[in-house]
Amino acid sequence: MAKRKTKRTTNPEHPRLPVLKTYKMFVGGKFPRTESGRHYTPRVKGRGLGNFCLASRKDLRNAVVAARAAQASWAERSAYNRSQILYRIAEMLEGRRGQLIDELEIQGATEGQAASEVDQSIERVVYYAGWCDKYQQVFSSVNPVASPHFNFSVLEPTGVVFHVASENRPLLGLLSLVLPILAGGNTVVCLASSTRPISAITLSECLATSDVPAGVVNVLTGQLAELSAHFAGHREINAIALDRPPRSKNSIAQSIRETAADSLKRVHVYNLNWARGENQNPYLIRDFCEVKTVWHPVEQISSSGPGY
Amino acid sequence: MAQRAKRFTERSIKGEAKRQGLRMVLNMIDLTTLEGSDTPGKIQQLCHKARHLHDNVPDLPHVAAVCVYPNFVSLAKRELAGTDIKIASVATAFPSGQTSLELKLTEVEQAVDAGADEIDMVISRGRFLSGDFDYVFDEIAAVKQTCGTARLKVILETGELGNLDNVRHASDLAMEAGADFIKTSTGKIKPAATLPVTLVMLLAIRDYHRRTGRQVGMKPAGGISQSKLALHYLVMVQETLGPAWLDNQWFRFGASSLANDVLKQIIKQQTGYYPAADDVSRD
Amino acid sequence: MSLANSNIETNLTMKPTLDPNWPSSPALESRDSVRLAKSYGLFVNGEFTPSSGNRKYWTINPANEQRLSRISESTAGDVDRAVQAARNCYEKQWSRLRPAERGKYLYRIARLIQERSREFAILETLDGGKPIRESREIDIPLAAAHFFYYAGWADKLPYAFPNRKPQPLGVAAQVIPWNFPLLMAAWKIAPALACGNTVVLKPAETTSLTALLLAEIIQQADLPPGAVNILTGHGPVGQALVEHPGVDKVAFTGSTRVGKSIQRALAATDRRCTLELGGKAAHLLFADAPIDQAVEGVVNGIYFNQGHVCCAGSRLLVEESVSDEVIEKLKQRMGTLRVGEPLDKNTDIGAIHSRQQWNTIQQYLESGQADGATMYQPDCPLPKSGFWSRPTLFTGVSQSNRISQEEIFGPVLAVQTFRTVAEAIGKANNTRYGLSAGVWTTKGSRVLNLAAQLKAGVIWANSYNQFDPASPFGGYGESGFGREGGLHGLSAYLTY
Repeated sequence: MAKRKTKRTTNPEHPRLPVLKTYKMFVGGKFPRTESGRHYTPRVKGRGLGNFCLASRKDLRNAVVAARAAQASWAERSAYNRSQILYRIAEMLEGRRGQLIDELEIQGATEGQAASEVDQSIERVVYYAGWCDKYQQVFSSVNPVASPHFNFSVLEPTGVVFHVASENRPLLGLLSLVLPILAGGNTVVCLASSTRPISAITLSECLATSDVPAGVVNVLTGQLAELSAHFAGHREINAIALDRPPRSKNSIAQSIRETAADSLKRVHVYNLNWARGENQNPYLIRDFCEVKTVWHPVEQISSSGPGY
Repeated sequence: MAQRAKRFTERSIKGEAKRQGLRMVLNMIDLTTLEGSDTPGKIQQLCHKARHLHDNVPDLPHVAAVCVYPNFVSLAKRELAGTDIKIASVATAFPSGQTSLELKLTEVEQAVDAGADEIDMVISRGRFLSGDFDYVFDEIAAVKQTCGTARLKVILETGELGNLDNVRHASDLAMEAGADFIKTSTGKIKPAATLPVTLVMLLAIRDYHRRTGRQVGMKPAGGISQSKLALHYLVMVQETLGPAWLDNQWFRFGASSLANDVLKQIIKQQTGYYPAADDVSRD
Repeated sequence: MSLANSNIETNLTMKPTLDPNWPSSPALESRDSVRLAKSYGLFVNGEFTPSSGNRKYWTINPANEQRLSRISESTAGDVDRAVQAARNCYEKQWSRLRPAERGKYLYRIARLIQERSREFAILETLDGGKPIRESREIDIPLAAAHFFYYAGWADKLPYAFPNRKPQPLGVAAQVIPWNFPLLMAAWKIAPALACGNTVVLKPAETTSLTALLLAEIIQQADLPPGAVNILTGHGPVGQALVEHPGVDKVAFTGSTRVGKSIQRALAATDRRCTLELGGKAAHLLFADAPIDQAVEGVVNGIYFNQGHVCCAGSRLLVEESVSDEVIEKLKQRMGTLRVGEPLDKNTDIGAIHSRQQWNTIQQYLESGQADGATMYQPDCPLPKSGFWSRPTLFTGVSQSNRISQEEIFGPVLAVQTFRTVAEAIGKANNTRYGLSAGVWTTKGSRVLNLAAQLKAGVIWANSYNQFDPASPFGGYGESGFGREGGLHGLSAYLTY
């Protein structure tokens, strides 16, 4: 088992036996084990990171149920409230900064890379917290139609999003898509980096102790290949965010898209360097929104003379 | 409402349907003069026109009625003796309606005594707009009582009511109070009759009929001077109330110049040429 | 003179009468302005050319089943040729053109459509069966307006996407349906060209004539050859087109079934795709609504274009306390609708588009009755030849009936009642589709609440079936993805 850096030791003569952590998943605000009882042990440079749940189809289903149940009330919260809840995540992460850096190092990052990823992650939370009550103004419109109607278009959340998180940036990659998904009023089920799942679990613990309502974010650990057909076909899932380099033929992206077509899911494949500043932007919020247009007649009477 | 009204104007009426329609329009006209400058001579001319729309065209139907101020009712009655053209008289301090109920009833009484077959009263728009609906209702009911056997047309003066909701409300009020006809306008205020306003009133008539079984007539007045527009009104009546209302017993046009335009169209249909303005009589 | 006088006097009592079904005399639009060719080729690289396969099929007038003209069936080779032409034009000319110049070409097209609108309207009605009143008042003016609207965007794109540099995608493959042939072509072509893409468009096999007239206009407007290519033919042509490797973007309007197959077919590619598919829209009619206006809107919502409308309001959810009144008024209004010759200006409901569609509608009429719903049709006369369907109303419908779940694409309205706002929302959203919805109430706060709660891309409050080039259109869920119209319609044709 990988060892954590011990920054302070009470008595170097008698090193204490560390308590090993049981990594569980995050579903509906709780931390269940997989119902399947299966686990796997990802390894970095030959060392095992610990035992992680190998999510089953049933775990996926439970997570989607939780996400669906939470979606309407999450979307109905005021934008200001969502903004504060997201900001609270940053406060929680800041407090766990050291742990998050340690864990990234355990998962193979250099100290510098790890610190940079954590700091950028926290900044990103703050960035999207600020967008919650602003993107609507940027992307909405009042449309000058020729008939006497008031006509406007606004963004609405797509619904429940399944997010296959970045393999390589276990914290920043995950947040870089979860945050815009949440900012837009969606709820999300994430499949954590299968090779580096620790950060996602720690993040879940931050979320559980923050103000994010249960079910808004759900985190599964496991294997994409095993789950892909199930989430691509699950009819309660409205969109899929696939953080994977595109490989054109016979890739997992292809089979996900093929299955997703049965329920016309919106499938977005991302292959972005999340460390780059331009890859945080409100267009990612828009990707998980639907444009709704509303028409209403306008009374045709004005001070320049009644027109009826 | 405006969209539905526009649909009526998109109906194309040609050939035999147009011939029938034009004749029906003529027969529904309340030939009207309501001017401060009206004189006995003017009224005589009007009555003559009512009887002889256009002597060069045989078999023309006549108009439904002439519509005059109360002081000309007895003259008109004499002029139209022996015909079944009705005499309609405006009353109740037309066009503003701003006087006491007592005076209004006296005016109605005089007009009826002088021989008016129909009374065109105006509602008290000021009372209506200030929310005194009971007053408006009672006034109409009192006038109706005074009318006796004369048919009562209630002018809402829709151009002063401000919006279509008020038009609907006033229509319901007038019918409940006993109106035999509801009528859009005095002709003194713009806008006068329009298709959407008339449609709202027709729908009120339809619902009232559905509710009570009593048939109430409709009279758009003012601003209808083109026969094409008049035909669109007929289409609207046909598609909203049905053929039972397509009779001058139940539908009228209050107009002064419409008759001549319809005559010109009839002449065009018969001769194939567009007549000049002077081919019909100016009265 | 005295003779004439006495005539008049005796006729004073004569009462004019109207025929019982007045005014029923036909008012046929003249076909004179339309010259139909015996057969039509494809429009590739700025020229009308024969299909390499030389196969042709008849396009008919659904109102009388008479043959109008012969249309060419494109081959895989033609698809290849058209995509090449579009690619060539994209690389060498269209994408290099100054944006303002692109806009000017589009303005030209808009003006030419306006100029030849009579011709377009008659052709649309002849070929598709829709009433001339609708093609003249709605389809053709809106098509012109669409070009006019997007023309202006061509040189203003950076303002639509703050902090980004919008770039065209390349060659757009566009496949459109038969219900609004020219209008759908305009919805597809105008934004694509404005954004700097070139186009290969396939109209529906049964309604190619206006697309081919549009091709003529594109020639007249002097667009660079290959900027717009039009391939006629059946489904396999569309399939070959969207799957062609030389295509960068696919835009499809049509059935949900075909939309899914396109999404599946494109799974192996990163090709951009927008789909505008079916719907099963509900009207929510509350007791406080202006009932007469609502009835008018509901009638317009389902009987417009014979109900061949993806956003047709095919379900009516009416508050129980007013349902009797509403149904009675609906029936009365339905009785005034005239079904018949589409070229007659007085026709409200034209011909059902094809025998196949007619059969589908009949099946649903049977299924509705078999499921226990009560069917009502006004007693209007129907022409002898051609495909016709009376406006139809079903009452006593339950949520699980096929007629309240599946898209019929015909003049068939299913009426259900509700009691509370929550029930109304629940029933309205109880569908895989999500294209549009109608709300009828005078209560402003309720309009805004329902506008937010209903899961549909277009909400018509106290109105229905309104369209405008400035207004985004498109659906949620299985009604597809992407928007057409307005600023939002640009995104489909740009990358950053």
